[in-house]
Amino acid sequence: MEDIEHIPKEIQLVDDSGRRLDGRALDELRPIRIEAGVLKRADGSAYIEWGDNRVLAAVYGPREAHPRHLQDPARALVQCRYNMAPFSVSDRKRPGPDRRSVEISKVAGEAFAAVVFTEQFPRTSVDIFIEVLQADAGTRCAGITAASVALADAGVPMRDLVASCASGKIAGQVALDLNKEEDNFGDADCPMAVVPRTGEIVLLQMDGHLMEDEFDRAMKLSMNAAMKIYEMQKEALRRRYVVTDAEALLEERGVDT
Amino acid sequence: MSSEVVSELMREHIVKLIASGKRADGREPEEVRKLTIEKNYIKTAEGSARARLGNTDVLVGVKISTGEPYPDTPNSGVLTTSAELIPMASPTFESGPPRPEAIELARVVDRGIRETKTVDMAKLCIVPGEKVWILFIDIHVLDYDGNLFDASSYGTLSALSCAKLPAKLTGGEDQPLPLDHWPVSVTAAKIRRSIVFDPGLDEERIADARLTVTTDENGDIRAMQKGLSGSFSYDEVRYVISTARRLGNGIREIIRA
Repeated sequence: MEDIEHIPKEIQLVDDSGRRLDGRALDELRPIRIEAGVLKRADGSAYIEWGDNRVLAAVYGPREAHPRHLQDPARALVQCRYNMAPFSVSDRKRPGPDRRSVEISKVAGEAFAAVVFTEQFPRTSVDIFIEVLQADAGTRCAGITAASVALADAGVPMRDLVASCASGKIAGQVALDLNKEEDNFGDADCPMAVVPRTGEIVLLQMDGHLMEDEFDRAMKLSMNAAMKIYEMQKEALRRRYVVTDAEALLEERGVDT
Repeated sequence: MSSEVVSELMREHIVKLIASGKRADGREPEEVRKLTIEKNYIKTAEGSARARLGNTDVLVGVKISTGEPYPDTPNSGVLTTSAELIPMASPTFESGPPRPEAIELARVVDRGIRETKTVDMAKLCIVPGEKVWILFIDIHVLDYDGNLFDASSYGTLSALSCAKLPAKLTGGEDQPLPLDHWPVSVTAAKIRRSIVFDPGLDEERIADARLTVTTDENGDIRAMQKGLSGSFSYDEVRYVISTARRLGNGIREIIRA
C-alpha cells in the first residue's frame, strides 16, 4: 500500500530539538477540519481533513436490516463499512474490501455500538459508511471521528460522540498522531477511540513495540488529543445547526429562509 | 439505475409540469444543473477532479503506472475505467461486486474517452512491446441525485486534463498527460412525450427512456448510449443530438477552465 522506495532508510524522524519532519512537536496533532452535513442523500454525513487525510462519512438509518436473518428483535445493528478509494494511496488499491478494511469496519462498528441507543430501534440497522478519499496514516481515527459527527447529524440517539486518535513511537520517542512517513518508519502505532464524557475506551489497537511506560504516555497523549477533537466535533455540529438571531427573527415572522 | 419508489403524487406532479414545459426544480427543459469542477482534489492520485452537477457529486481519480502492453497492441498504452456505486451515495446502493449499473456507467464513460481518442494511446508507449503507461480511471460516486453518466464523464475529463505522467517511474520530469480532444456527454430523459436534459433523481426514476450523446469540440458525435425500456423517434434523437452539441459547448468551457 505505501511506497517507501523514495525515502532513505536512515531518515531522522525527530531532530535534536524534538521537532518532527513536518515541524510538529511530539505531542502535537496535525491540523484538523470537520464539516457536518455535506451529502444530500445520506441521513447524516460529515467530512474531515486531518493533515493530508481526507475522509467522508455517511449514516443511513435506523432502517430495515438486510439481510433479514441478521435482524435482532431486541436492538438495532450498528454496521460499518470502511473503504479506501482506489486513488487514495500512492499505488492504486484494488477496489473493494480487503482483509484490512474488513477488520477496521468490524472494530469501528463495535465502537459505535457502544454509544448508540440500539435498544430503541429493534430489528433495524444503523449503517455507517467511511470512505477514505486521500490517505496519509490515521485514516481509521479520522473516519471514526467523522462518522461520529455523521451519526449526530443523522439524529441517531447516542450517549455521546466518539473521538478517536492514535499515538505511537518514532525514533524511540512516544509521539502523537503519526503521519505516513512516521508510520512507515516508526516503531509502534496505537489507535484508540474514546467516549469523551465517560472516558470509556471503545476501540484500541496496537502494533509495533512499546514498553509499559511508553504505552501509558501514548495513551495519555491520545486521551488529551481526543478531548480536543471532541471540541472540534461539537463545534462542527454547532456550525451546522446553530440558529442565528437574524434567522430566528425571520422564522418568527414566517419568512422562508 | 435505482429501485426506489416514487409516489404516484410526485410522478403525476412531474409529468404534469413537464407536459407544460416546466420542471419540478424550476429548470427549463433544456437547462442543465450548475456544474462545478475542482481539479487536483486528491494528492495521492496523478490526476483527479471532484465534479458536482447540482447535488450529484462524483470524485474521479486517475492513477498512472507503467507496465507491459497487451500483446495485440504492443505500441499502445493501457486505459482502464471502473466505477464504484458506494453505499454512501444512495440508500439504494449496496456493497459488493459491481452491479450492471456500475459496469454500464464505467463503460459509457470509457467509450466517450476512448472513441474520441482523448488520450492518444500511441503517445503512451515507452518501449514498444515492453513498457507502456497504464492509466486507471476510478469513478467514485459520493452523492447520487440523478444523471451519473454526465457527472462522471465531466469528472473524468477534468481529472485527465490535470493528470501528470509521473517522472519517478521513468526519470526526467513529470509530464502533463497529452489530451487531444474534449468529449462532453449530455444526457436526456424522455418522460411520456416530453424530453428533459440532465435529469434529476426523480425525473430519472420515472423516465421511460434515456439517451446519452457525447460530442467533441468540433461538434462531431463520438459516442451514444440509449437506456431504459422506452423509445425515441428519429426526430427526437436528432433533437437530442443538436441540443447535446449546443449544451456541450458551455460545459466544455467549464471543464477546460
